[in-house]
Amino acid sequence: MENIYLTIVLAPLVGSIVAGFFGGRIGRAGAHWVTILGVGLSCLLSLYVVKGFVDGSLEVFDGAVYTWMVSGGIQFEIGFLVDKLTALMMAVVTFVSLMVHIYTIGYMADDEHNWPQGSLAGKNSYQRFFSYISLFTFSMLMLVMSNNFLQLFFGWEAVGLVSYLLIGFWSVRESAIFANLKAFLVNRVGDFGFILGIAAVAMYFHSLDYREVFALAPQLANVQIQVWGDSSWSLMTTIGVLLFIGAMGKSAQVPLHVWLPDSMEGPTPISALIHAATMVTAGIFMVARMSPLYELSETALSFIMVIGATTAFFMGLIGLVQNDIKRVVAYSTLSQLGYMITALGASAYAAGILHLMTHAFFKALLFLAAGSVIIAMHHDQDIRNMGGLRKYLPITWITFLLGSLALIGFPGFSGFFSKDAIIEAVYLSQVGGAGYASILLTLGVFVTALYSFRLYFLVFHGQERMDEHSRHHLHETPAVVWVPLVLLAIPSVFIGWLTVEAVLFGDWFKGVILVAPHHDVLAQMGAGYHGQAGFVLHGLLAPPFWLAMGGLALAWYIYMMKPTIADYLMVRFGTLYRILDGKYGFDQLNMALFAGGSRALGTLFWKTGDQRVIDGTLINGSAQGVGWMAERLRFIQTGYLYHYAIAMILGLVVLLTVFMTF
Amino acid sequence: MGFEKFLFYVLAATLIAAAGMVVTRRNPVHAVLFLVVAFVSSAMLWMLMEAEFLAISLVLVYVGAVLVLFLFVIMMLDVEIATLKAQFIRHLPLALVVGVIMLVEIFLVVGPGNFGGESFPNPGPQGPDYSNTRELGLLLYSTYLYPFEIAAVILLVAIVAAIRLTLRHRPDTKYLDPSKQVYVRKGPDRVQLIRVPPEPRRVPPAATAGVEDEE
Amino acid sequence: MIELSDYLMLGGILFAISVAGIFINRKNLIVLLMCLELMLLAVNTNFVAFSHFLGDMGGQVFVFFILTVAAAEAAIGLAILVVLFRNRRTIDVEDLDALKG
Repeated sequence: MENIYLTIVLAPLVGSIVAGFFGGRIGRAGAHWVTILGVGLSCLLSLYVVKGFVDGSLEVFDGAVYTWMVSGGIQFEIGFLVDKLTALMMAVVTFVSLMVHIYTIGYMADDEHNWPQGSLAGKNSYQRFFSYISLFTFSMLMLVMSNNFLQLFFGWEAVGLVSYLLIGFWSVRESAIFANLKAFLVNRVGDFGFILGIAAVAMYFHSLDYREVFALAPQLANVQIQVWGDSSWSLMTTIGVLLFIGAMGKSAQVPLHVWLPDSMEGPTPISALIHAATMVTAGIFMVARMSPLYELSETALSFIMVIGATTAFFMGLIGLVQNDIKRVVAYSTLSQLGYMITALGASAYAAGILHLMTHAFFKALLFLAAGSVIIAMHHDQDIRNMGGLRKYLPITWITFLLGSLALIGFPGFSGFFSKDAIIEAVYLSQVGGAGYASILLTLGVFVTALYSFRLYFLVFHGQERMDEHSRHHLHETPAVVWVPLVLLAIPSVFIGWLTVEAVLFGDWFKGVILVAPHHDVLAQMGAGYHGQAGFVLHGLLAPPFWLAMGGLALAWYIYMMKPTIADYLMVRFGTLYRILDGKYGFDQLNMALFAGGSRALGTLFWKTGDQRVIDGTLINGSAQGVGWMAERLRFIQTGYLYHYAIAMILGLVVLLTVFMTF
Repeated sequence: MGFEKFLFYVLAATLIAAAGMVVTRRNPVHAVLFLVVAFVSSAMLWMLMEAEFLAISLVLVYVGAVLVLFLFVIMMLDVEIATLKAQFIRHLPLALVVGVIMLVEIFLVVGPGNFGGESFPNPGPQGPDYSNTRELGLLLYSTYLYPFEIAAVILLVAIVAAIRLTLRHRPDTKYLDPSKQVYVRKGPDRVQLIRVPPEPRRVPPAATAGVEDEE
Repeated sequence: MIELSDYLMLGGILFAISVAGIFINRKNLIVLLMCLELMLLAVNTNFVAFSHFLGDMGGQVFVFFILTVAAAEAAIGLAILVVLFRNRRTIDVEDLDALKG
């Protein structure tokens, strides 16, 4: 089996290397074929692995492939841990990645127009893009398949690097450079916490291997450590919170979420793949993987839940006022990530992972559909210039509608199962902050429906607001674009129905995710579970469904029946609108406090520290001091030999006296 | 006071007196001669301490070679003796002060308080079959073999350095180059017959006619 | 019996005399070299004394090496002196101030 796993990981890497280093030689078709073949092979093998786990023919694989080094008794290894959680992630990652690869052929077809004439960076940009997304697939697979913290960290940083490269893919655009730097810096903050967490693990567990750490964890459950002064902290809480800070950066949770909306500066395919479907869910995957650690700290769970719920509701609200089609979907992603994180806080890891999977499909679908709209609109992303696109882009329209229904949790669609499970799990949870989270998540359903269908109605229905020239050129996008949409729409609709029983209430995650009995809300829910149909019927009676329908209806009323109401509300609730439009001022705060503070500090160091103290006093000052001293001391050098001899003898006398006295 | 002690005092007195003369004589030749006295009495003191080999080599090597070298050099350099000690008196007070301070301090350290007979008793004479030279040789050629080799190299370097420093080629000096001599071949190089054409007799000018007659 | 301190004090006196000699003789480089020889002799005497009283031949080996090095030093020192005199026509220490800063 090890060879299969190695192939899964290395096939995209090979594709990436070939397309990246020999892109100019193999041409555009060569680049996309080699990468698609690599990822396709990975995808097929991943599906084979999932099938193996489903019919029980595969055992959990946990082994080292390569020992990098041994230092201080700790082994640094490259190894794979493939269990059902990994298999699921592998399938999702490779499948979405494959879809995105195919889609990219259409999306990047005329990429030359995005670069200035004769730009060096723009040369072979098509091949470079394919190389990057394949490299991303490799990194993400390394992340999810690792069996130790070191490789996890490697994958974590590698996906961050690719994300950085791809956000700034159009490196001639000022805004793209700003956005990728921002993403990188914000992720550094999170990664700092993450690496501190890993360091704490290495320090107290003396191992970086998951299996050993998890086995040792219960013994260290009650260990108290001194982090700061005399206050003693629980070791598990410290590790949990530190690791989660990493997850907050990667999965864009408040207050480290600021980079994700800006990451929409990158090309749409990677918004779908990296910033919606896979990379941003690395934090959720990581917390679920670390469930044996998190189950030991109520405080950490509570912290996770509050952060997640806050993100889920408040970021959704911002989505209501955005006018850029990709940004609406981006804020929707933030909100859905909040849902997953909240589920983790409620110990409903399986529900979080289920939502991760369904979300990966329908959010990738939504992004790719949005990209299809953008192609059709000739890269105009403002939804105020759209409307009535339904008849020009029938396939995009239908797939987008299916994705939106999945997103708002329409009963029977995939999103319904996962989201409803999360809301109910949080409702049942006893962890501190669960009440707060429960209210926010339930209200969040309404907000989700409202912004989703605001977007849907504004884009595909109502007046045609684009100019005459664009309307004339509107037509359905090519097959390489709409085929992935259709392929993604299928799981978006059905995957929830197919998997909910096994994942949530079955034994899919048995032995993989560990839940303490007093936290096990899913088991409570499982007691009242009677098949998918029962789940749907139950959902029809629960408040979230009616809230979603309310949001949908309100969106329909405002944007289809009375378009003036939107403007009226905007004026009527001006303050609220400005707060939402200003994204709660996070950006301003960061710019003023951190960026401005760093600049001020840097200026201080530069002017005072470097120029005055180091250059002025230490370097020039010491040289001048030496010169000044030498001016005077050179007269001591008489040049007479006996003066030197006498100096030596006097020194001898002084030394003798010193030895005598002391 | 045994004979040995008496001998020690005599030799010590000689040594100190000779050393005093070395540093105060105007004439450097005298100074070297007093230095010889100092070295010889010192060698005898070493003999008292049963360091026979060193004592003898001190006399042979030092007195016999190094001090003779000093004498050579002094005599080769025609230094005016009169001016040499002109500032003698001027520096005497400083020399006395420094010397006395040092002496007092050295006495305080190595005086009988620290290194007296109680803490370091005299081991007494060795047996009749004891050979100092043998003992020294055993140490030199076993434990200190490498330093010994290095000492040899140092001496060689000193020889080379001394020769190189003082060597000079004067353009008016005539000397043979042995390395060129050995290259001489048997045939044409050793004996070369040169046919010298007979010189026609000069016809003397009229002014020198008188000289010619004297021949 | 002769004590260790007797020899050591004799060495001290010899050393002090030669130090004073270096102070006094500023005109003649040769005498300075002779003072150095005296100094080494004082030190050697101490070594031999310690060697004798502690029963350790190592001290005498040390003297042996000091003698070797001192001979080399005297040879080279005198050679330098000769060259110096040849160039400057003097061995007066007070004329040797090429190192003046």
